[in-house]
Amino acid sequence: MTAVVEGRTIIQDYHIPGGLFGGAKTVRALKGVDFKVEKGKTLAIVGESGSGKSTLARVIALIDAPTGGELLIDGQRVDISARRPGPEMRSKVQMVFQNPYGSLNPRQKIGDVLMEPMVINTQVPAAERRERAEAMLKKVGLQPEHFNRYPHMFSGGQRQRIAIARALMLNPSLLVLDEPVSALDLSVQAQVLNLLADLQDEFGLTYVFVSHDLSVVRYIADDVMVISKGEAVEQGSREAIFADPQHPYTRQLFAATPVTDVSAIRTRVERRRLARAGAV
Amino acid sequence: MALLNIRNLTVKFATATGSFTAVDGIDVSVDKGEVLAIVGESGSGKSVSMLAVMGLLPDTATITADEITYDGQDISNLTPALRRKLIGREITMIFQEPVASLNPSFTTGFQIEEVLRLNLGMSRREARARALELYRAVGIPEPEEKLKAYPHQMSGGQCQRVMIAMAIASNPRLLIADEPTTALDVTIQKQILDLLMKLQEDYGMALILITHDMGVVAETADRVVVQYKGKKMEEADVLSLFESPQNPYTRALLSALPENATGDRLPTVSDFFTQEAAG
Repeated sequence: MTAVVEGRTIIQDYHIPGGLFGGAKTVRALKGVDFKVEKGKTLAIVGESGSGKSTLARVIALIDAPTGGELLIDGQRVDISARRPGPEMRSKVQMVFQNPYGSLNPRQKIGDVLMEPMVINTQVPAAERRERAEAMLKKVGLQPEHFNRYPHMFSGGQRQRIAIARALMLNPSLLVLDEPVSALDLSVQAQVLNLLADLQDEFGLTYVFVSHDLSVVRYIADDVMVISKGEAVEQGSREAIFADPQHPYTRQLFAATPVTDVSAIRTRVERRRLARAGAV
Repeated sequence: MALLNIRNLTVKFATATGSFTAVDGIDVSVDKGEVLAIVGESGSGKSVSMLAVMGLLPDTATITADEITYDGQDISNLTPALRRKLIGREITMIFQEPVASLNPSFTTGFQIEEVLRLNLGMSRREARARALELYRAVGIPEPEEKLKAYPHQMSGGQCQRVMIAMAIASNPRLLIADEPTTALDVTIQKQILDLLMKLQEDYGMALILITHDMGVVAETADRVVVQYKGKKMEEADVLSLFESPQNPYTRALLSALPENATGDRLPTVSDFFTQEAAG
């Protein structure tokens, strides 16, 4: 089976132009990352801010051209610096961003938000565009009467549903999700994660899911890539990585993640009680 | 005796479409040296109730309460001058966005020295020495250098450490931290929480931690208040809350944690309310 998306030694440099007080600098944000995701699977990219995880997401979503390496989508080499990807390629890969307040145009009605990808990339007639947009609203748990409303009339969770709906309008095979639930409340996060799982089953979608939250990753991922300072320090199946993390950085991440386990709380409360008794 | 005691606090906001009740009859109290977590989702009024105590709400807010006392003294009707004596010295607060909480046009050293000079009446020389001491206490690397750094030259975690340094400068007896780690990475979050807990123990101050993150609650709190839509749902010590949550909303929140997922689907809060209504 060919992978839906594959990266071979992806390198990304950012050039910082010299100013009045300094020369130009080059920052290597990705130092040769390899990965592969098969159809219907979810690859989670985990790392801290500055690790290069969002840079990688932008490369996979065909937004930025990598400085080096090869990106293959459905086994086909894509180089957006040589040639702009056509409507067909754009339809295959779509992206959902972290901040649902920033990623929707405040002056655009929800219906227009959803129909815009079709206007740009397809020849679908207007009546059908509207029909499909209304159907998609229902699919992501909103109502057709939301069609003529503006983004400010929706909550954060609803906006993220809209962003997901927009990404799905072109029937993509690959969805790149950059921290899609980290701006959401716990209960809304659960709803959006459920929605993503349902949509993956229904459309056979492949996800690249960027996150810093290990408990979310454990719930949604099939495979996990841990990225630090532009390098993939550890890759493997979710089971393997969570059962036996190898790299010190992965272990550090696990150690820093808060635990809500009752026995751990009991130990902490007990330790505090003793410390206080000792202090008095 | 409770250090801070709030009884039946209600905060209403005047809006274009009428009055909106953000906090609806909340009781909160925190003892000396205690860590209280106020947990809730956005819109639960968890920040508003503390902002009301600090006097930081806009004019559109109407605050009513049967009692707001600090150390036995009524603080609901203080004159601005008296309030300034209390707030920023005895009671201090840190916020969610550390980079936004600092003024980008001045060095962090200048800003913390300003706090020390204005609030504690120190001379420039004393303030400089004390600032250095505080930077060391909150674990800022190369403190002499960092005093001269502007906020944009420091990371989010370091800016939060500067905010904490300012907040503990006057040895407060109560520190209110409003989502102090939400904007930070998990490894930095761990460092900041460890720092807050260490300072809390060293200085014996009370800490009110406002958060939406059950993980943070589990790692820090002695006692927990769960808030939803401006009302208090449950109050319990941290162990009983996680072991045997009494309120359906608390149960819903805990089961919505991805690490507690039992099947393929995560239960959501609305599932719980439907279940409760059904039977």
